Amino acid sequence: MSRSFTPKVVTGNALLEGDVIYLTEDDGWTRDLSRAEILTDEAHAQMRLLDAARRASEIVGTYLADVKPGPKGPEPTHFREEFRRSGPSEAARVPQETQNV
Amino acid sequence: MYDYTDFDAAFVAERNRQFRAQVERRIAGALTEDEFKPLRLMNGLYLQLHAYMLRVAIPYGTLNGRQMRRLAEIAERWDRGYGHFTTRQNIQFNWPALRDVPDILDALAEVEMHAIQTSGNTIRNVTADPFAGAAADEIADPRPVAELIRQWSTDHPEFQFLPRKFKIAVAGSPNDRAVTAAHDLALRIVERDGAIGYTVLVGGGLGRTPMIGQVINDFVPQADLLPYIEAVVGVWNLLGRRDNKYKARIKITLHEHGMDEIRSLVEARFIETRAAFSGIDVPLFEAIKAAFTPPSFAKRPVSAFERAYEADPVFRSWADTNLAEHRAEGHAIVQVSLKAHGAVPGDATSAQMRVLADIAEQFGHDELRISQDQNVILPHVHKADLPEIHARLKSHGLATANIGRVSDIVACPGMDYCALATARSIPVAQQIATRFDELKLEHEIGALRIKISGCINACGHHHVGHIGILGLDRAGVETYQITLGGDHTETAALGDRTGPGFGADEIVPAIERLVGAYLEHRDGKQETFLETYRRLGMAPFKAALYDQESRVAAE
Repeated sequence: MSRSFTPKVVTGNALLEGDVIYLTEDDGWTRDLSRAEILTDEAHAQMRLLDAARRASEIVGTYLADVKPGPKGPEPTHFREEFRRSGPSEAARVPQETQNV
Repeated sequence: MYDYTDFDAAFVAERNRQFRAQVERRIAGALTEDEFKPLRLMNGLYLQLHAYMLRVAIPYGTLNGRQMRRLAEIAERWDRGYGHFTTRQNIQFNWPALRDVPDILDALAEVEMHAIQTSGNTIRNVTADPFAGAAADEIADPRPVAELIRQWSTDHPEFQFLPRKFKIAVAGSPNDRAVTAAHDLALRIVERDGAIGYTVLVGGGLGRTPMIGQVINDFVPQADLLPYIEAVVGVWNLLGRRDNKYKARIKITLHEHGMDEIRSLVEARFIETRAAFSGIDVPLFEAIKAAFTPPSFAKRPVSAFERAYEADPVFRSWADTNLAEHRAEGHAIVQVSLKAHGAVPGDATSAQMRVLADIAEQFGHDELRISQDQNVILPHVHKADLPEIHARLKSHGLATANIGRVSDIVACPGMDYCALATARSIPVAQQIATRFDELKLEHEIGALRIKISGCINACGHHHVGHIGILGLDRAGVETYQITLGGDHTETAALGDRTGPGFGADEIVPAIERLVGAYLEHRDGKQETFLETYRRLGMAPFKAALYDQESRVAAE
C-alpha cells in the first residue's frame, strides 16, 4: 500500500510558548525530535495529523514533516527541519555584547 | 518629540484591553487559531520558526531614552535579553510567550509605544529619514508629516482590509536615507516658490517582483496631502488584486494599469476626498510640528574633540567613519554601529540599549533614532562630548568604525528565526564581516553596501544593495544568488543578477573575489564600488566570480 511513502512526524508549535513540538506515540508532545512517533503509513499519518490538529489549545500550525529513521530515532531530511529541531545557529543566538567584550 | 494626547493613550489602552481578552479566549479554547491569527497579527504578534515574535513600531524611527530603556526591560523580563532592529525602523522580540504579550503591550503603552499595524494588510509603521531634524541637507523635518500620517492611518476604517500591506516612507532631504523608492508610497519633501510640498511616488517595493517607485505627482501642497494619499490608497484598495497575494501590492496594480490610468483615477478620487476633508488636518499638522521644535544647540568650544582626534587613532577612525554632518555648528550626528564584526546585524542587548539611553539623555537631547541600515543614531551630539561618548560605546561593543563599509551589512533574520525564510542570512553576514576584518581591507575598500535576504520577500533589501545576496533553497540545499549595482538612495536602482548561485561554503570567497575585482579595476581610491560597477558593467565581476582561472588565482 505505502509504495514509497517518506516517513513523517507530526509537528507544529506549542500554543503558549511557540516552541517546536512533535507528537509522540502515547499522544504526548516532545521537544526532542528523536522521541517523536515515526509514521511510515500514509493513511495512519493522516489520521495522526487530524488527531493532533484537533488539539487546538495545545498546538498551532500542525503539519507532517519528512524524516528518515536514524539510530536514535527520526532525523530531519531537509535543512529547515534541522533548524527547527536545533534552534538558531549558535552564533545567531549569542547576544552581540558577549561576542565583543 | 510628539507626546500622546489623551485620545492616543485611551485608544492604545483600549486596543490592549481587547487583545488581552482575545489572548485569554484563545488560551481558554473559545477562539480557534484561524479566528485568533488575524487578531494577533493586527497587534504585531507573529509565530516564527521557534517561537512567537512581537514586532514593535518605532514611529519614524524616533525614540527617547525612557522608551529605549523600556525596550531593554522588555527584552530582559519577557525575552532573552536582546532585540532585533529592522530595516523598517521596528524592533522585534524573538522569544515572547503568548501569555506575556498583553503585559508587554501594556509596558509599551506606558512609554507611548505599541505594535498596532506592524503586520497585516494595513498601512504599516510610517518610516522616515533617521537624520530627521538634524541633517545639514534637510529641507524640512519629515517626522511631523509622518506622525500626521500615522494618526490618519491608525485604525482608518477604509484601510483595515487592504489587498495587501502598504508601506509609507518620508524623506526630508534631497539625499534619500529612507529608501523611499522601495515603498508602496513615498513622500519626498520639496520646496517650490518658498512653499513646502511633497513629491509623491507610488509603486515601489522589493520582494518577489522588485520595482522602483514612480512619481505620480511632483508637488502636492500640505493642505492637500492627506486627501491625496487617501485617494491613492482608496484607488488601489478597489483595484488591487485580491485573487492572488503575489499580485496584490500597488506596484503590480500600477504595472497592470499603467501610470496614466492610475493617475487619472487618483485625480478623480481626489476631488471627492478633498471635498470630504474638513480641513482639521492643517491645524493638527501645525500642532504636531510644534512638538518637533529642534532643541537649542549650545555653542561651546570643540577643542576636546580636536585633541582626541589628533591623539587617538581609534577615535579618529571612528569619527571619520561614523559621524555625519549636523546642521548646527559644533554638532555631529553619531551613527552607532550594531554591526560589530561577527555580531548579528541589528541586534542589541538590554545592556547596550541602556547605554544608548543613558548617552542620549546625558549628551544627546534625549533623542535616539533607528536607521534603515539597522544601526542606532544619536542625532544631536555636541562634538566636545564625542570622546566621552566614544569611550562609553567602546566599553559595550558599540564603537565599531564601519558605517557604510563592507561589514555594515543589512541582513534579515533569515532561517535562524523566520518561518518564511528559504536560507540563513545571519551567519553569511557574520562570516563576511569577520573575513574582511581579518583582511584589514575595510577602509581601503571604502563605501560598499552589502544587503542579504533569506528569501524573495527581501526584508534584507538585497535588490538595492551594491552587492545583494539572496538565500534560496535549491533542491534542499542553501544557495546564494548575487546581484550587483543596486542602490537604495535617491538614485535608486535594482541590482543585476550575476548568474548561478553559490553554496553556503562558497559565498564568502565569492564576495571576496568580487571585492578583489573592484580593487583591481577601480579608477583610483575615489571611485566607489558602485561607480566602478556603473562604469565597467558586469563583465569583470562576472569573470572574477565564475572564471575558473581567476578563481584559482584568487585562492
